[in-house]
Amino acid sequence: MSLIELHYEVPGDDFTRAGEASGDVKRQLKQLGFEPATIRNVVIALYEGEINMVIHAGGGEIDVSIDPDRIRMVLRDHGPGIPDVALAMQEGFSTAPDNVRALGFGAGMGLPNIKKYTNDMQIETEIGVGTTMYLRVDV
Amino acid sequence: MTVREFAEMQNLNILVEADMTRDISGGYCGDLLSWVMSRAQSDDCWFTVMGNINAVAVSVLADCACIVLCENAPLDEDAKKKAEQQDVNILSSDKNAFVLASALGAVL
Repeated sequence: MSLIELHYEVPGDDFTRAGEASGDVKRQLKQLGFEPATIRNVVIALYEGEINMVIHAGGGEIDVSIDPDRIRMVLRDHGPGIPDVALAMQEGFSTAPDNVRALGFGAGMGLPNIKKYTNDMQIETEIGVGTTMYLRVDV
Repeated sequence: MTVREFAEMQNLNILVEADMTRDISGGYCGDLLSWVMSRAQSDDCWFTVMGNINAVAVSVLADCACIVLCENAPLDEDAKKKAEQQDVNILSSDKNAFVLASALGAVL
């Protein structure tokens, strides 16, 4: 059992609510006294994950476990899955539609940013079933 | 330099006034949100044309001192509400990002 466990539902196709989970986690980590650099790593990874869920997967759910020495996040969706994870991990590769790009997303930075700002990132994905990401940021 | 001092120096329009006494320690220009979020630094003045609700979220997460909407780029109504709730300073100008960032760079 972690110090604090948080759960969020991410609604699909609603860009106005994307960022609510990461914003709330940021507030909680601040209150708990985590270093700004740690908070930044967590919220960047989490926000990218939220946006991916909204763009590609029709929403999903996020669980965050906070311990003094690490923050773990599980992001689970029931979207289409990722056909080629290695390709999706490349900076600049994107399958986001034009209307999403017009909002400033779809630069192909989502998964690369998540990897960059976490200490561990594991992706389980199955076509037609969904994707689960396991992320860990060490303090 | 504070957000208010920069706003006065460049005649910026104040669209959302949160904490105008906040110090600006640097600047960042960009419109691709993931790019900005991973590179802008805390207390940066962010120059962009993105006036949507996601830009507000990025500003909060990256901890920018303010958003400056360049070339009179519009601020969406839901973005304005969100910025008021989340205490994000939003300013605007008819000048472009280069001109504004150059002016800021000259005084920092």
